[in-house]
Amino acid sequence: MINWFKYSAPSTFYPLAGKLIPIFWTLAAILGAVGLYISFFVAPTDAQQGEGYRIIFIHVPASWMSMFIYCVMAFWSLLGLTFNTRLSGMMSSALAPTGALFAFLSLWTGALWGKPMWGAWWVWDARLTSELILFFLYIGFIALQAAIDDPRRADRAGALLSLVGVVNVPIIYFSVKWWNTLHQGASVSLTKSPSMASAMLWGMLIMALAFWAYTIAVALMRARTIMLEREGNTEWVQHLPDVKEAA
Amino acid sequence: MQWQSLSDFFAMGGYGLYVWGSFGVCAITMIAEPLLVKHRRKQALKDIRNNYLL
Repeated sequence: MINWFKYSAPSTFYPLAGKLIPIFWTLAAILGAVGLYISFFVAPTDAQQGEGYRIIFIHVPASWMSMFIYCVMAFWSLLGLTFNTRLSGMMSSALAPTGALFAFLSLWTGALWGKPMWGAWWVWDARLTSELILFFLYIGFIALQAAIDDPRRADRAGALLSLVGVVNVPIIYFSVKWWNTLHQGASVSLTKSPSMASAMLWGMLIMALAFWAYTIAVALMRARTIMLEREGNTEWVQHLPDVKEAA
Repeated sequence: MQWQSLSDFFAMGGYGLYVWGSFGVCAITMIAEPLLVKHRRKQALKDIRNNYLL
């Protein structure tokens, strides 16, 4: 049985994260290379969309990650509000910029896919609009935290925003069912077999895993940096080998 | 493999702008983000040395 509360202290989390970061960078690089190889050299040309459909290999994983990261932020926020641990706020803050990046990439690649296939960069469609709101929620979270000087108060305000905002995630996911949208329905679902060639499906899943490993690596790096920024006045930070090495 | 030549690969069956515009921006931002975090970490370590260790 792991004592989770032990790792909720920044002083024990910091060295653990330091060990995990290179592992997840290696995973991200390997999975990314395999995923890109499948995306361009294994997956066949699409019957309807030609080579243009290959945007799917980053569009779908980026969109999934943008929603998933928000849920993880909401989870940390709930933990933070319940147990009042310092780590939870640091984790939410560490994830937000990466979530914002994936929401942006989802919108960007979507626009570049929409133009040749639908004839429009953007439409005020339920799926696109709710994803745009997700992007604004990330930006709002980052701006709100930046506007409050006391980090613990900033964490609580951010936690409330992320918990209220999480209602948007199922709206994005089900938007293609609930409303008539230009955006196509889910290509992959848990309840029925996927409506695509298996090479396409594998490419997409492996790219999603690569993005997932990337997210963990970069969020752990940022969490460690936030610990240094916030706890520079403490003994454990001042005695870190990292601080001494850099001197 | 569906590509006959390198230029064929870059052309992406006429969708080159859209496909490379997507993958390109994705690659640039996903390389830039960890570099920015690295820079922020260096700054944080510098601040600790200047404020607490001297």
